[in-house]
Amino acid sequence: MAAVTPLVQVDGVRKEFGGVVALQGVTLDIDPGEVVALVGDNGAGKSTLIKIIAGVHQPTDGQILLEGEPVRLNTPTDSRQHGIEVVYQDLALADQQPVYMNMFLGRELVRGPLRRMDRDGMAKETQQLLDELDVRVPSPRAIIRDLSGGQRQGVAIARATHWAQRLVLMDEPTAALGVQETGRVEEIILRMRDRGRAILIVSHSLDQVFRLSDRICVLRRGEQVGIKTTSETDGDEIVSMITGLR
Amino acid sequence: MSVAPASPERTPKAATGPKRSVAARARALDPRSYVVYVAFLLILAFFAITLSDDGFLTTNNLLNIVDQTAPITVIAVATVFVLSAGEIDLSIGSVVALSALIAAVVLRDAGLVAGVLAGLATGVAVGLVNGLFVTVFRLPSFLVTLATMGLVAGLARSITDLKSVAVTNFTFTDFFGSGDLGPVSSLILWTIGTVALGHFVYRHRRFGAHVLATGDNAAAARVSGIRVNRTKVAVLVLSATAAALAGLLYAGRLQGANYNLGSSDLLLVISAVVIGGTRLFGGSGSVVGALIGSLIMGVLNNGLILAGLSASEQLIAQGVLLLLAISLTLREPKA
Repeated sequence: MAAVTPLVQVDGVRKEFGGVVALQGVTLDIDPGEVVALVGDNGAGKSTLIKIIAGVHQPTDGQILLEGEPVRLNTPTDSRQHGIEVVYQDLALADQQPVYMNMFLGRELVRGPLRRMDRDGMAKETQQLLDELDVRVPSPRAIIRDLSGGQRQGVAIARATHWAQRLVLMDEPTAALGVQETGRVEEIILRMRDRGRAILIVSHSLDQVFRLSDRICVLRRGEQVGIKTTSETDGDEIVSMITGLR
Repeated sequence: MSVAPASPERTPKAATGPKRSVAARARALDPRSYVVYVAFLLILAFFAITLSDDGFLTTNNLLNIVDQTAPITVIAVATVFVLSAGEIDLSIGSVVALSALIAAVVLRDAGLVAGVLAGLATGVAVGLVNGLFVTVFRLPSFLVTLATMGLVAGLARSITDLKSVAVTNFTFTDFFGSGDLGPVSSLILWTIGTVALGHFVYRHRRFGAHVLATGDNAAAARVSGIRVNRTKVAVLVLSATAAALAGLLYAGRLQGANYNLGSSDLLLVISAVVIGGTRLFGGSGSVVGALIGSLIMGVLNNGLILAGLSASEQLIAQGVLLLLAISLTLREPKA
């Protein structure tokens, strides 16, 4: 097998918060178009790992490599500039603004000598993207407040897809959604994967993990217990790894 | 147990184009966004009929209303930004007095340019202090500006020892409120200028979008790379500077300054902005709406004077109108 450099490498990452070890010995590769699920009990270190890659926390030890190059992700802006986007559980959307403004939040398009915001251009690009991912909202000019939870998460995922050149981090993207909306969001996630983005997803639902992921990384009490190929494992094995009852 | 079918979400394909038809725009209009214009016309019509013998509808009187509301409009434009960013600035009335006095004193002692700059710099300084306490010390702007309101009012009383200062520089008074350019008063030009500039920045520059995002969901704005603290400082500096400009306009129109200038402006400005459809808790608003709100306050004031109401009765009427406006605009539609 040819030695292809993985898109994202987490290399021996360790994180301490004031002497308390939150995460240690995490080594994980993610390829383009691959969905890796991060599972573990509460406090296992899943969110800590996500936040390290998102640039919110800095690792105490170890490093993150992008396409083989070590990178320093000191702020969320650093991560974004390296093509990493996060879909937050609690929907980081501005409720009273239209869909297209949320899609371009902080990166609004401008045109002309007066640097006017290009609202039509943003709405048009938003429409294209929503169509491609089959996210159904009444209009790119609809106000977020008027959308359902699933539609909102669809917008958040579409935004991440649009801006993430490399990796999308998802922390419980469907935790707040009903069954039907979860199904639709999962379809959107798979379409995003088909566009070649690498995806690292935290989920408490093992069913969802098995529906979406190619590989499963299990954490327990801050330590990496193992990585399994989804098609070669089953729920019982993963549960026993999560709980430590092997 | 069964697999969920594809959810039948609303997909009115015809209406999803990025360019909406006029009809679609009209349907999407929130009644709260045009109620202010209707109210304005109704109030105008009401006074036009009831005060037809008292000279309400004369060109002179109507232009006079715009002149008198100019300082309120100028501050209101900036206050749209402050409220949209989820903050409030209670110190504006005090800043009006202090900057007018400082401008008048420096103008007398050091000349025109220095006077104008000193007046405006007073606003910038107060805005920076407000912004510093709100962002660095993470204090609510309501309390910070409540404190600076008192502090600045005290300074305004002490710097001239409660005395008024006359402004006799006619270049200054012509430029800031007493002069005319052809048939148009300088106050009307200041009104048009600030509203046009404010509207452009609010609706068409990225800064306006960042202000709205900051007031709407500061956490979302921050993770989207918007510099939330810088935005908050900017809007507070903007409002205090606008208040300072309003102070110059009063000084120019009245050809003098005293510590009492602007003392009733806070109520009028907040009323104008909220009546104009700006949300008190951030995330949405309108600069043109604030202009209309300001004109409503002016028309009401003028009409009530012509109708023979006393100053105290006018204050009561303003309070009632603000209550009415708040009940109309702050009742959120059901989520």
